[in-house]
Amino acid sequence: MKKLILEEKAFNIIAEHGSTDFPNECCGFLFGKDKEGKRTITEANPVVNAKQGDQRRRFEIAPNDYIKAEMYALQNDLQLLGVYHSHPQHPAIPSEHDLKVALPFFSYVIISVIDGIVDHIRSWQLNDEGTFEEETVQRNIFSLN
Amino acid sequence: MAQIIIPTPLRKYTEEQAVFTTDQPTVELAINELVNKFPALKTQVIDNSGKLRSFIKVFIGEEDIRGLGGEQATIGDKDVVSLIPAIAGGVSVSLN
Repeated sequence: MKKLILEEKAFNIIAEHGSTDFPNECCGFLFGKDKEGKRTITEANPVVNAKQGDQRRRFEIAPNDYIKAEMYALQNDLQLLGVYHSHPQHPAIPSEHDLKVALPFFSYVIISVIDGIVDHIRSWQLNDEGTFEEETVQRNIFSLN
Repeated sequence: MAQIIIPTPLRKYTEEQAVFTTDQPTVELAINELVNKFPALKTQVIDNSGKLRSFIKVFIGEEDIRGLGGEQATIGDKDVVSLIPAIAGGVSVSLN
């Protein structure tokens, strides 16, 4: 199983975002480095859930936020490594909606938020067969600045 | 020359190249030049009818080309063209 190292400051941003936006889904980008398969997320950047309609069950990231994320990575010598979002009152398992537009290479970090509190976090990557494979999330608590 | 920003997930099809420069005058010609240089990218961006895939948006600067004439939109020397994959999802069943 692949491993995703998640620095604690990035985890804290994701967790706070999930709690703040509850009962709606939150979303954002993940930045860091992927060297020879060793993937470390050093930054999480929240963005607005641009989905029109019921944001308790859906999220969408606006194109201009995507452009900014790619530019941010290029300008800061980082890699855009994935996306996070929350599943309010649901487990952190990707849905058919998550799979429909999933991209290769990206890590899809999902946090389950139950009654406003982060319950658990899991991460997934699309494999060559077009299905999600889980990657182990290792929180790096020694990276606090 | 104009720049095309390749989305990170598709860079494995462009030999990890993030930015492609072009002096083509329209989006259509620029993307054709890009996929001709990197043939493996073509099916990721273009559908069987030769049009851009529905889940890929193209922006010039911060503007969607759909409001600029679509694939015939003109691009200038200093324009930045972004290929933008759809990013969306959500839980699978009703909360109620």
